Amino acid sequence: MSDTGAPDVSDENPLLRVEGLQKHFQINEGLISSLLRATMGKEADYVHAVDGVSFELERGETLGLAGESGCGKTTTGMSLVKLHEPTDGRIEFRGMDLTESDDEELDEFRQNAQMIFQDPFESLNPRMTVYDTLAEPLRIHDIENETARIRRALEFAELQPPDHYFDQYPHELSGGQRQRVAIARALVLDPDFIVADEPVSMLDVSLRAGVLSLMERMTEEFNLSVVYISHDLSLLRHMCDRLAIMYMGEIVEKGATEDIIENPQHPYTRSLINAVPVPDPDVGRERVELAGEVGDAIDVPSGCRFHGRCSEYIGDICETDSPSLEQKAEFDDDREVSCHLYDSCGKQS
Amino acid sequence: MATQDKSSIFADIDEGEVDQEDENVDRWRRNLRLWRETLAKQWRMLTDDLMVRLAMITIAFFMIVAVFAPFIAPRGPLTRQYEGDAGIIIADWVEPSFLSSESEYLLGTTAEGFDIFSQLVYGSRAALLVGLVAAVFTAGIGTLVGLTAGYYGGKIDDTLMRIVDFLYGMPLLPTVIILVALMGPSLWNILFAIIVLQWRSTARVIRSQALSLRERPFVKAAQVAGASDWHIISRHLAPNVLPLSFLYGAFAIAWAILAEAGVSFIGLGDPNTVSWGTMLQSSRAYSALDFGAWWWFIPPGICIGLVVISGFLIGRGYEEITNPELR
Repeated sequence: MSDTGAPDVSDENPLLRVEGLQKHFQINEGLISSLLRATMGKEADYVHAVDGVSFELERGETLGLAGESGCGKTTTGMSLVKLHEPTDGRIEFRGMDLTESDDEELDEFRQNAQMIFQDPFESLNPRMTVYDTLAEPLRIHDIENETARIRRALEFAELQPPDHYFDQYPHELSGGQRQRVAIARALVLDPDFIVADEPVSMLDVSLRAGVLSLMERMTEEFNLSVVYISHDLSLLRHMCDRLAIMYMGEIVEKGATEDIIENPQHPYTRSLINAVPVPDPDVGRERVELAGEVGDAIDVPSGCRFHGRCSEYIGDICETDSPSLEQKAEFDDDREVSCHLYDSCGKQS
Repeated sequence: MATQDKSSIFADIDEGEVDQEDENVDRWRRNLRLWRETLAKQWRMLTDDLMVRLAMITIAFFMIVAVFAPFIAPRGPLTRQYEGDAGIIIADWVEPSFLSSESEYLLGTTAEGFDIFSQLVYGSRAALLVGLVAAVFTAGIGTLVGLTAGYYGGKIDDTLMRIVDFLYGMPLLPTVIILVALMGPSLWNILFAIIVLQWRSTARVIRSQALSLRERPFVKAAQVAGASDWHIISRHLAPNVLPLSFLYGAFAIAWAILAEAGVSFIGLGDPNTVSWGTMLQSSRAYSALDFGAWWWFIPPGICIGLVVISGFLIGRGYEEITNPELR
């Protein structure tokens, strides 16, 4: 599987590079309305779930994708592991373009990219034992030493003793144990890259810390690159090196986690961070409350997509010009913001 | 893979001897054991219900009778016991032995001179054959079509479901009658006609299950791991719809037996096989009811009723397992 050129390529390129990723879903319509539309020459309606997302992910780096529900973060995550075919844009994995990969390349990608899902009650097949669930990816990829690997992966996920779990069905396990099994399944192939979609949001608060520390350990020991998808900024702050804030299918601000949390610049990021409760009554924060709902993802607003809810609305430019995600002259960190409030320093991402 | 530069918790396993077959869990023995456990559990749940137990005993009884028919039946089902004056057609019958002491026939004979008890015993063969074969094919074809349509969606789904719609537009019995009339009256043609029409409802229900299953995260997880479509359909979708296929199979037994009896009753049955339907048909043809020869048509009627009710009861019992809300 290892062709000779591979190591060189992976040294130069980031592990994952996403450029202008778009995913639009056509709205389901009946036969008659689609015929009507066709005869009247109108175009089909699309939901713009992801509309031009770009970022890079280095080996061993963790990136957090944050945003309200419906902002396209899960769709982005699913596109990253090729559960969706992107409408437009490129995803490069170790310098290999996933949209044009052949079967062999895709097979290698499937071995190295895994996903952890939100709901551990849904992500395990109710009619498969723990052993079969973990053995499945190994059998698909013809990997030897099935039992030894499964044992090791379960041990790593702190399911001890592993043999005790082999014949158990998901309904015999608790939520935390299930999520550990799901993590073990993702790890058993020894991947380089994992997308974790709200990995602890369905778990009891008391179990979260354990699963999170497992995921931290996994990132470290496997030298994994992880994309965490969550709406929980305090979780992302704890887990991620870098953060990208999404709004209506676009990244509005990205940069180092601490920079963004401590010093948010995009009005949307500010309101998100302000919404996180602070367990200290003396901390007085200026509250920016978000008015209204997320805009229409079918009939996308012109200009800046946030202009209807923005507290810093500065005039027509917000409604006419779509701001680009770029480094701004005001900040000296490597943060990128897409907002007309700040001056472009001419360097575009 | 460029594994050299990364520390892996599996490194020592991979470097160790490849020949660890003894250490690996024996896959087949393990699968066999798990299957046995699952079946045993479902069996216990099913037989928990008294009605289901009775129904199963009834079906088992008829199965034994069908298998050992040549030993149980004292005479051939289509051998004439006596010849009448007019040669072939005899419009006279012998009463059952419990009504008249002279009679040597347990349930009497038909107007054609056939032993009714022997016909009844051999008739169970036709009934169970039709019921079981129709059940297997109805559930099998329906499940396969439903899973394919539901999993792939789009044009494949549209095409298959339009076929199902078309079949739904055809009434069961009249269509079977026409098909049998065209293809000729034989048990296999009746069976074929029943199967062609019956898989439609199984396919519909299984499709709707597959539609919702394929969006479940465990299917997504298998896709991320690189599983092929066939792998997902056979390992993830099929086991989760199997209880439903069994359920439709159980109901199909009853429907098929009823349809076969119906078709035979109106005279399109196989003339060379005895089924309970053809017995009813000939009793009607000789006006057994008018002459008060109730022993001719009551026994096959009871047998049909027993098997059909048993089929429905087993299906019903299974439905309670697959859908615990019914309890």
